[in-house]
Amino acid sequence: MAAAGASAVTVRALVPGADVALIERVLNVHDAPSSTTFVCVGDEISTEGQEGFLRGHGTQVVDGKLVATVCGVVERVNKLIYVKTLNSRYNAEQGDVVVGRVADLAGKAWRVDLKSRQEAKLLLSAVHLPGGIQRRRNAEDELNMRSFFREGELISAEVQSVHADGSVALHTRSAKYGKLVCGQLLEVPPNLIKRQKQHFHTLEALGVELIIGCNGLVWVAPLRPDRLAAANAAAGGGAGEEDEAAAAQPPPPPSRTQLEVVCRMANAIRVLTRLYMPVYPASIMATYEAAVEGEVALADMLEPGFLEAVVAQEAQRRSSAMQE
Amino acid sequence: MEFVSPEGLRLDGRRPRELRRINCQLDVLSNADGSAIFEMGNTKVLAAVFGPHAVTRRSELREEGALVVCEYSMAAFSTGERRRRGKGDRRSTELSMVIRNTLEQAVITELLPRSQIDVYVQVLQADGGTRCAAINAAVLALAAAGVPLRDLVCGCAAGYLDGTPLLDLNYTEDAGGGPDLCVALAPRLDSLYLVQMDNRLPVDTFQAVMELAREGCRTISGVMRQALLEHTQRLAVARGITAAV
Repeated sequence: MAAAGASAVTVRALVPGADVALIERVLNVHDAPSSTTFVCVGDEISTEGQEGFLRGHGTQVVDGKLVATVCGVVERVNKLIYVKTLNSRYNAEQGDVVVGRVADLAGKAWRVDLKSRQEAKLLLSAVHLPGGIQRRRNAEDELNMRSFFREGELISAEVQSVHADGSVALHTRSAKYGKLVCGQLLEVPPNLIKRQKQHFHTLEALGVELIIGCNGLVWVAPLRPDRLAAANAAAGGGAGEEDEAAAAQPPPPPSRTQLEVVCRMANAIRVLTRLYMPVYPASIMATYEAAVEGEVALADMLEPGFLEAVVAQEAQRRSSAMQE
Repeated sequence: MEFVSPEGLRLDGRRPRELRRINCQLDVLSNADGSAIFEMGNTKVLAAVFGPHAVTRRSELREEGALVVCEYSMAAFSTGERRRRGKGDRRSTELSMVIRNTLEQAVITELLPRSQIDVYVQVLQADGGTRCAAINAAVLALAAAGVPLRDLVCGCAAGYLDGTPLLDLNYTEDAGGGPDLCVALAPRLDSLYLVQMDNRLPVDTFQAVMELAREGCRTISGVMRQALLEHTQRLAVARGITAAV
């Protein structure tokens, strides 16, 4: 029996607004010019010096004046004036890589929850069949839809098209898309995710697979041989023989070190979310490495001490970027 | 009971045309898309907005615009005596409907077809003017969630006691038996989205009390606007869009 008092209970004080105050304090760079216009709901946007303008998102015309409908930053691109919000739900665009949860099966399609305004549709005809064969889906396929994806399962897919009424069609026409198992899912505000060339990252050195969905859902998992094979196949344009052999075997259970690495990556992403900083591979790796170098324990990564270190690092990065 | 002293001071020391102290906090809940706490004196209301998201009950799906769902509730500890209220409480149902009607006019629903916006408002501390504070908190939460709004709608209440129009009644003044006029105004559009009154008031006095309530709304709108701008700037600094000044 352990001695009484050997396992002390730590109580962490909750300081509301501490993270935000931290951002304000440390990221204060005085020399940079502030040429951004912030607007609130109902504020007028000046259209002086512009003969004609195109009204974009976040604006409305009231009595011939351009008025903002959301809080955000005014952006002007040629003749287009729009207000960029800093916090909103995901708006799908063609070609986006997304991570979603199957909500329902309806007719010949799955309804997938992307944490957006509407549920997206994944048609049976848009799913990658195992083996890469192309054939017409028949009634038997329709009855066996649950063998592909059941309700509640996580999938990665790509946005095939966005219709005029806002409904989204997905497809998984590649081996790299499909069901996601044995990993961590993180919810990040979609405004923090930048659209990039690559959203699938296999970090072989760390043994981690990272999928940054444009809709704000980020997937971190231990790297499995069959996923590595799929990634190589997608990159190389054809499956190599050894990859296929590796894909055929069932994946080994992840080791403790692998799981710790996955947890640390997930915490790094949580730290970036708390500080409202952009989430992309370079920033995730920088935060991860800062935690490893500082020998920060897994649970302590979300403590104010480490948050301050991360913000200080970011402030340094920004000031050096500005000096260049 | 004397509500306005001969010197012109109310029970809490305010002047007749003075608002209580206002405090706005944004993004207080991490789960919600947008959240806010709005305090007016001792009245404290928490609002959380979830959405726009897919409609939960498909039969209520609207092709032309978003569905706004609102739920108002009072915490058991919000009033002086701890009282557990059920969900089906008549006052809560009425206020849920009233707030929902106001917000539906404020949100540009045509931009969000086939979706649903859930607004939950909970009164944490009640000291008069809860429905106005609820509207203000809900509008702040909607703006924080990035939902497009026609204008920054604000709510304010005014009354008439001891021959004086009084702005922003607290609980004791409200319980004094005089009229209580609650108004929600869109300041830029200068249009009223809600007018509700308890008790009776002669028409000419009503004009004065109405104008006072509208003035109160405009002032509150300024305070809310300031809070939202600060919050937006803070987020932009963190995102690296701009440098802090």
